[in-house]
Amino acid sequence: MTSVPLGLPRRRVEFELDGETVHVLEGDTILDACTAAGKDIPTLCYGDTLTPKNACRVCVVEVEGARTLAPACSRRAEPGMKVRTGSERARHSRRLVLELLASSTDLSTTPHVAGWIEEYGAEPARFGPDAATVAGRGAKVDNDLYVREYGKCIMCYKCVDACGDQWQNTFAIAVAGRGFDTTIAVEHDGPLPDSACVYCGNCIEVCPTGALSFRSEYEMRAAGTWDEDAQTETTTICAYCGVGCNLTLHVQDNRIVKVGSPHDNPITRGNLCIKGRFGYQHVQNVQGTE
Amino acid sequence: MDLKYTDAKPSDAERAAVDELLGPAPTGWEGGERDVADLRWAKGGHEARDRRDLLLPALHAVNDRVGWLSEGALDYICRRLTVPPAEAYGVATFYAMFSLRPRPATVLHVCTDIACAARGSKRVTESLTSRLGPAGTPAGGAVWQESPCLGLCERAPAALVIRAGEVPEGGAGTTPTAAVVAPATPDALLLAVRDPGRAAPEPPPVAAVPQAGRPGLVLLRRVGTADPSDLDDYRAHGGYTALRNAFALGPAGVIREVSDSGLLGRGGAAFPTGRKWQATASQPVRTRYLVCNADESEPGTFKDRVLMEGDPYALIEAMTIAGYAVGAHRGYLYLRGEYPRALARLTHAAERARTRGLLGDDVLGHGYAFDIEIRRGAGAYICGEETAIFNSIEGHRGEPRTKPPFPVEQGLFGRPTAVNNVETLVNVLPVLEHGAAAYAATGTPSSTGTKLFCVAGTVGRPGVFEVPFGATLRDLLDLAGGVPPGLRAVLLGGAAGGFLRPDELDVPLTFEGARAAGATLGSGVVLVLDDTVDLPRILIRVAEFFRDESCGQCVPCRVGTVRQEEALHRIADLRGAAAAADVALLREVGQVMRDASICGLGQTAWNAVESAIDRLGAYE
Ligand SMILES: Cc1cc2nc3c(=O)[nH]c(=O)nc-3n(C[C@H](O)[C@H](O)[C@H](O)COP(=O)(O)O)c2cc1C
Ligand code: SF4
Ligand code: SF4
Ligand code: SF4
Ligand code: FES
Ligand code: FES
Repeated sequence: MTSVPLGLPRRRVEFELDGETVHVLEGDTILDACTAAGKDIPTLCYGDTLTPKNACRVCVVEVEGARTLAPACSRRAEPGMKVRTGSERARHSRRLVLELLASSTDLSTTPHVAGWIEEYGAEPARFGPDAATVAGRGAKVDNDLYVREYGKCIMCYKCVDACGDQWQNTFAIAVAGRGFDTTIAVEHDGPLPDSACVYCGNCIEVCPTGALSFRSEYEMRAAGTWDEDAQTETTTICAYCGVGCNLTLHVQDNRIVKVGSPHDNPITRGNLCIKGRFGYQHVQNVQGTE
Repeated sequence: MDLKYTDAKPSDAERAAVDELLGPAPTGWEGGERDVADLRWAKGGHEARDRRDLLLPALHAVNDRVGWLSEGALDYICRRLTVPPAEAYGVATFYAMFSLRPRPATVLHVCTDIACAARGSKRVTESLTSRLGPAGTPAGGAVWQESPCLGLCERAPAALVIRAGEVPEGGAGTTPTAAVVAPATPDALLLAVRDPGRAAPEPPPVAAVPQAGRPGLVLLRRVGTADPSDLDDYRAHGGYTALRNAFALGPAGVIREVSDSGLLGRGGAAFPTGRKWQATASQPVRTRYLVCNADESEPGTFKDRVLMEGDPYALIEAMTIAGYAVGAHRGYLYLRGEYPRALARLTHAAERARTRGLLGDDVLGHGYAFDIEIRRGAGAYICGEETAIFNSIEGHRGEPRTKPPFPVEQGLFGRPTAVNNVETLVNVLPVLEHGAAAYAATGTPSSTGTKLFCVAGTVGRPGVFEVPFGATLRDLLDLAGGVPPGLRAVLLGGAAGGFLRPDELDVPLTFEGARAAGATLGSGVVLVLDDTVDLPRILIRVAEFFRDESCGQCVPCRVGTVRQEEALHRIADLRGAAAAADVALLREVGQVMRDASICGLGQTAWNAVESAIDRLGAYE
């Protein structure tokens, strides 16, 4: 049986969202209100299991009277606030953020982004062929379990937060460098096997761009056989220990190609350990089939 | 915390440098000698993690001694302070003064920023390139590199030599051998690189104050008249009257005086100091902090340096008053890493004050405990941002935090904190010496008191000038040797400020006057450029500065500053229609930076370039 802590009752906050009066609970963000109202605000660095870092700024909205735009993902709704999600200024910033990111990073495996680029009329190519980009950073393939392609990384900090004090408490990775040269790295930017990494894969779970991926996914993509439409997802329970974490098995051609975990599970919130995340080989390495 | 360290070992010198700061490693768990007793217990937990704030000082200790940070040194620091190695690496790579690759012990920083560019830094770098090789290539036990503004603009072009090694007499907390060479000539630089300890002595701070000794000076009155090393001389020149008055008024009384004086912050944002102190003092949390922002890295700014070098006790006294007012018992003085003389003088002044009971458990026998800790920055403009400074002191990357919560609610170590600029704090002394009304009688109703301006560039008498608010830009230039012939523009407020035209010299130098003129006083920069200056190159330098100094946290600033710099390079030699498309691009990128960046750096990074386009007609 699960018990859900109720906490103190939260007050209702009334504010104006795109001209309509809406109500949310105290502490809710503008994004929460947008989601409840069925508005689709693009987000990249926001993660449903993490404290907002509000680093990407693709979710900005206009709050009347404020000098700057506000990140919807982290700004709390306040009584009487007047918020416009589709104002000219907000749309301009979203378009430019998409252009800046798409011109400096490989977004080919970032879900939704192609649609947003079209929706906002973003033209990443207009910065010219010489625009600086990190897209050329090579893939770090240094272990059997997962691959780091920092050419696809948008520096959302989510993997670092998941590895650090928000979930895993392993602190294997951190942000290194400064400005355009920042990257995610273990100490001295060395290989993962030399680091503190315990291969829980919780960083992969939250990465919004595919910069972190299962080795199986990476290799299938390279071979051109990765096909999400042909995959099924089955949520089951990890058989290794008594905790009973939920696993979501992504299966293609009758083989497990990736393992996730439901973010709404109140105990694990999408997190697993190495056994649940990567310990599925025994299911398919049946003698004679390899 | 169950941390995994690496197997790299520190050298003896690295270990000694860290141990000098932290004391010898007590056990094998922290990298010391391992013995049987170590196997019977484990250390860690809160107590060990509590010293994370010593990470930056420890990195400095090794860098000072050895000149760079090896894997072994970093690992030893991590073990001593219970810091995850990946995080320590992330912190070390954030700062421009550190290197994680071997490099020569002697590093020459040659300023190529705006004021120095206007005074011939290019000749210096060209000559160095031919005599020492290109920047960044070690030669003859030294390496040189281009640097952003070193805060020595009155003596442009400027350079700073730092040589790692044994810390000279004076002990921990001071930089190793350092020599300022300004104005820099290639010959003087080569000499200083060979033997920084014997470089020609720097002129005294008063050399940067052309008005020195004149009646009417308030903030600069002791510079050049009182001995900056002598506490008695400071007292003989009126020192510590303000603190006595403060004790007589009580904390609430001090805040009332400061509020009534109308004092506005001099760090750039012009926030009312009294209101900030009141907000800090009224927090229910009892542990509160004071942080003095002495990171002074805005290109063209050097006023805080002159105050700290020329009148260090004034800052110590002013911080004590501020601490008393807000109820803090500890003040952190965050000093930019490239200010070796200010560091030495402030360290000395704080020590003297401590021995004389002016800092410590019972200041002046009034039962108030207050002490000051000096923390050195390590080459990061962003650490002057009021929340990045907390992260830097706490041993994290100097990235700005999200506001709210504001510093007065949750600042340093999560406690209520008042952050104030050096000049702001020093203004508190006249407020308490003569009262709020007398203070407010100078200046205008909404900009009270006097203001320090850093005049540099192509003027006859560059330096720090103190004028009452309301003096015009022309008045100021008259003090600095007159409006130069062929004046092209004045950069007011710094790289985050804006340009004024020669026909705008009658702008009154007040917060409201600057605002009305669509400009800002910023940190008091008045950088004068005549028509020999290549404006498009200056704009590229401004853009480079922000690109280099962006912390990298948010997309509009991290990528936007790069895209702007690229566009400015493309149009460096273009005008009119040929430049129009890139000017439009600059505006679009500038807009997202201003609207959607997390902090003031990204939000203001495009100001100066925009004003050059709109007001000076650059590229027309
Ligand atoms: C990028 C950036 C750099 C800054 N650097 C400094 C600095 O070096 N010194 C300073 O006093 N204020 C600096 N500021 C302003 C501080 O954030 C803050 O407003 C100031 O220290 C508050 O002190 P005041 O109220 O006494 O002016 C900087 C702000 C930004 C956005
Ligand atoms: S796999 Fe786990 S331990 Fe390794 S980097 Fe990712 S979150 Fe950290
Ligand atoms: S690797 Fe992924 S999760 Fe980590 S910062 Fe980059 S994009 Fe974000
Ligand atoms: S605006 Fe620039 S300096 Fe400020 S947080 Fe964003 S990236 Fe960092
Ligand atoms: S999703 Fe809100 S700032 Fe990134
Ligand atoms: S010292 Fe060179 S610009 Fe300030």
